[in-house]
Parts: sequence; C-alpha cells; structure tokens
Amino acid sequence: MISATGLAKSFGGVAAVRGVDLEAGDGAITGLLGPNGAGKSTTLRMLCTVLTPDAGEAFIDGAHTAREPLEARRRLGVLTHDSGLYPHLTARENILYFAELHGMARVAREQRADELIDWLEMRAFADRRAKGSSQGQRIKTALARALVHGPRNVLLDEPTNGLDVMAVRNLRVLLRRLRDAGHCVLFSSHVMQEVSALCDVVIVLARGAVVARGTPDELRERTGCASLEDAFVQLIGSDEGLG
Amino acid sequence: MGAACRVIATVWRKEVRENLRDRRTLVSALLFGPLFGPLILAAALQFLVQRTADEADQRLVLAVRHAERAPNLMAYLEGRNVEVTRVTLDDAATRRAVRERTHPLVLSIPEDFAARLAAARPASLQLYSDASASRTDRDSARAKALIGQYGASIGRLRLQARGVDPLLQVPLAVQDIDVSTPQSRSVTVLGMLSYLVLLAMILGGLYLAIDATAGERERHSLEPLLTTPVPREHLIYGKILAAATFMLLSLVLTVIACAIALRFVQLENFGMTARLDAGVVARIILATAPLALAAAALLTVVASFTRSYREAQTWLGIVMLVPTLPIVFVGLADLQPSHALMAVPSLGQHFLITALLRGDPIAPLDAAVSSVSSLALGVALALLAGRLYRRESLLG
Repeated sequence: MISATGLAKSFGGVAAVRGVDLEAGDGAITGLLGPNGAGKSTTLRMLCTVLTPDAGEAFIDGAHTAREPLEARRRLGVLTHDSGLYPHLTARENILYFAELHGMARVAREQRADELIDWLEMRAFADRRAKGSSQGQRIKTALARALVHGPRNVLLDEPTNGLDVMAVRNLRVLLRRLRDAGHCVLFSSHVMQEVSALCDVVIVLARGAVVARGTPDELRERTGCASLEDAFVQLIGSDEGLG
Repeated sequence: MGAACRVIATVWRKEVRENLRDRRTLVSALLFGPLFGPLILAAALQFLVQRTADEADQRLVLAVRHAERAPNLMAYLEGRNVEVTRVTLDDAATRRAVRERTHPLVLSIPEDFAARLAAARPASLQLYSDASASRTDRDSARAKALIGQYGASIGRLRLQARGVDPLLQVPLAVQDIDVSTPQSRSVTVLGMLSYLVLLAMILGGLYLAIDATAGERERHSLEPLLTTPVPREHLIYGKILAAATFMLLSLVLTVIACAIALRFVQLENFGMTARLDAGVVARIILATAPLALAAAALLTVVASFTRSYREAQTWLGIVMLVPTLPIVFVGLADLQPSHALMAVPSLGQHFLITALLRGDPIAPLDAAVSSVSSLALGVALALLAGRLYRRESLLG
C-alpha cells in the first residue's frame, strides 16, 4: 500500500509536481496516467526515495520515504524508466547483485533468482550477457531484479516503452499475476489502451497535479465520454502530448 | 558496521567482475601501463646507451675542402679515427651540402694556410656545421677538439724550439672528480621510472572510476541502484575500492614489467647498474601502493561531477596528471628529500622509489610518513565522494 499527500517538487524554480495526493491499495493495479511532462516520473521518483519532496510526504506500507528511506526501499520493487542493466553481467548476475544489496543470504538469493527466472520464462537468456538482450528480455530482467527481495509494492515507470505487442501482452499478464498475489502495483503510462486494459484505478495527472481519479468506468461516466481517450483529453483540458 | 562492510564488499566484487569483462578497462589497466610503459622506457634507454656507446668508437666523417693544403693535419686526423673525404665545393655549395646533410661537417682550408703556419701566424680554418641538428653538434665538437689538439702540439713544439718550457703555458689544471657511483648515475636516467610507475598505476583505475560513476548514470543503471536499501555512500566506497584494486593490479604488473624490460637494456655499457631485483620490486610496490586509494578517490570525485562518459574522460585525462605535478616541481626546484616533503602524497612515493633504485637505505620514519599521509588523503577524498553521492543532483 502506497500513500502520499501534498507531494511537491521543483527543479530550478520550475514546479514539476505541485501537491499530489494519491493512494494505491494492495491487490490492485493503479495507473498514473498523464501526458509527457505531467510529473509522472518525478512523482514515482519521490515515492521510491530517489528524490526528496520539497513538500508533502509519502508512506510505503507505513514507512516514511524521507525519514526512513531504507525501510521504504525494502518494501518497494522499482522498475525505472530505463531498464538500466549492467551490460557485462548476465541476466542472472544482474538479479543476484540486487539480491545481495538487499542483504539476502547466498542460498536464498540463488533460489529466488531461479524462481523468478522460471516465473518470467527467462531460462533461454538467463546466463547470457545483458549486452545483447532484446528490449523485452531487458524488461523481464529488470522486473526480476525489482522483485528479487519479494516486495509487497511494485512501482513501474512506463514499463511498456519500446516493447513490441507480444512483450506488452506478456507484461500485462505478469502485472495481473502480481495483483492477484496481493501486491500493490503502481505504474505510469501515457498510453491510454494500456491503462484501460489493465488498471483497477486510474489517477490522471496534468501539469503536476491530480485532475481526476477513479475506475476507468467512473472516469468515462463522469466526463460523459464513450472512450477513455476522450475522457482523458477532456480531463487534462487539451490534447497536448498525447501519444 | 558489518552491514556496511558487506555492502561495500558486494559493490566491490560486482565492479571488479564487470570490469574484468570490459575490454576497455582491461586494456588500460593491464596493457597500456604495464606493457607500453616499460617498452617505451627500455627503448628510450637502449637508444641512449647505444648512442653513447657508438659515439666513442664511431669514425667521424669529415669532408674537407682543399685537403692538399694541409697534408700533416689530414694525416693527424686520419690517425685518430677520422674519415677524411676530399671535396671540391665553393662556399655556397658547402652551405647547401651541410644544410641538406650530404656532408654534415665540412672543413675548409684557406689558400694561405701553409704560409701562415710557416710564418707562425694564426692560421684560420673554417668548420661548417648545422647547430640545429642534434647529431652534428657532438661531431663538430669532436672535430674541433681534435684540430685544437693538433694546434696545441704545434704550439708546444714552437715553444720548445725557442727554448721555452711549454708548461709555462699551463698555469691551471682542473681535475674532474666524479663521485657518482654507477647506481646513482643510472638514477638520473631512471628518474622517469617513478613518473612512469605512478602514471601507469593511475591509468589502471581510470576507466573503472569513470564507468562506476558517469558510466553508471549514462547507462541509467544508477537510478535502480539507488532504490536498493543501501546508504549511497557505501555504494561509492565500494566503487572507489574497486578502482584502487585495479590501480594496484596495474602497479604490480608495471613494476615487474619494468624490472624485466630493464634486464634487456645493457646498462653496464653505460657504466650503470639498476638495482631491480625481487626485493626492490616488492619494496617499490609497497612504497607506492598507499597512493592508490587517494588516486582512486580523486578520480571518482571528479568523475561524479561530470555529466557524461565523454566529459569524464576529458576531465580525468587532465586530473590524472595532478599526482605527477609535485614530482615535476621538485625536479625543477631541485629540492632534496625531507620528512616534510615525504608527507606530500606522490612526492613521498617518488623519493622512496628513487632511493630504492639508488640502493640508499630508507628511514622507516620516511616510509611511514609517506604511507600515512597518502592513506589519510585517500580516506578524506573517499569521505568527500560519499558526501557528493548523497546529493540529489547526482542523477543529473
């Protein structure tokens, strides 16, 4: 369970996020939807403690992100905007490195890596250097790395970027499985279909603030639009940045 | 404390393993310093030795205009390992021949040479040479010395013929007493060894330092790393230690390679011996090693300021010369080793290496001062790097 109130962040006098409140519950997929530059990444970076908010606070299962960042990070699995793998390490070594940084014992981390490699169907490339992997393989590796310590909460920053249709479908299946296992899944996207196909709850961001929240159906109902895309355009007040 | 050590060890292991697989790091750590360094050193020394050895017994080639006007002088020169080539050139053609090196050295004998000699008047000779060519400089000095000797012997004969003791003409006699030992002479030439060893050591960790900071940010692997439950400064300590490890590896290889390379240089021809047996090699490594931490931390601090791999490369190319500056300064100012100077990191190492090569005893205090001050600087720079890594702007 992830909750935040009044999160704000500026970079050199430019406000990227101004007062975001959000809540993402366990056993649900929450989508952070917004055009480019709406403050999605900045919000997620504050939630995963990489950035410190100028104002407001956030809790990961009750752990305060600014006051007890290490505790918050232990409860979080993060898939950043770029998969950011180490090219000279194999997929397995990439996963094991993070397991070690999470303080897992040798036997536990090797077992867990095996489990994830099976679960994410990575057998074929698990022991090859990450350098030559496809985008889909990289995302899987990064996801395995994010889940290695068995976090209850999973943050994903535009996880479908650069994936082909099959890879996107696979990822959707994985995220649903995480939800069904009781995880709290929060992901950002600017792709409408993505959000409507997957999310239980949608939070719409525009210009650094939350402009609407609810289930996809609720949003359609509230705006009186038949498609979520129209609803979205109406909510953010323009069609800038829609991709 | 235990947790911190565990994290630092984890990061260290990963950086070392990853960089052992990276060709660029390997080439700079294991090839450039340890291989090319000693090769360049050995080649330069061999060249120097050869040249000095050659010059003594090499025949001096001297072109002479109108050699027939001074047959005795010619016989004198030919008797002293000079190859006299008779040429017929006018003044302009001579100048051209010297400039174009067809005849690097030309002696011209004027028409009145014999007459003036007979009249005991100073007989002039013209020696053409090109002072801008390094090689002819020595040759012309040798030719001048030989002609001078010939002149002096005529002078002595003239005095004797007039009943004057030739020794009256020699009021002073300066004797050169060179107290240098073969070993200390070789140190002037081997002075560049400490420079080379320090540079090769730093180069060994250069790419790892860039890769672990600017490279990590550029590959976007920094952000996921920062979401692990680990204090940021522990990450950077692990990286610094990994860079220092590669520096030590490069140091060990370079010193051993230098010792081997110098075996192939015939330093004895030069009247020199370099003491580079196993004991000296080990002591040079021990004396230099404490500097690795400071060098690794320095490169890491600078690399964490830069925005990209390329920018880091540019900056570190300059920064890696910083530890060699004290050596250059001391060379120019001709300072002698002292306890205070030993405390200057890199300079202390330079003095210790030079002393070891020279075969001088090393005061334990000097070695301790040098090691402790270098390590202290390393710890201070590592702490600074840790502070820099805690900044938010790290992600760029």
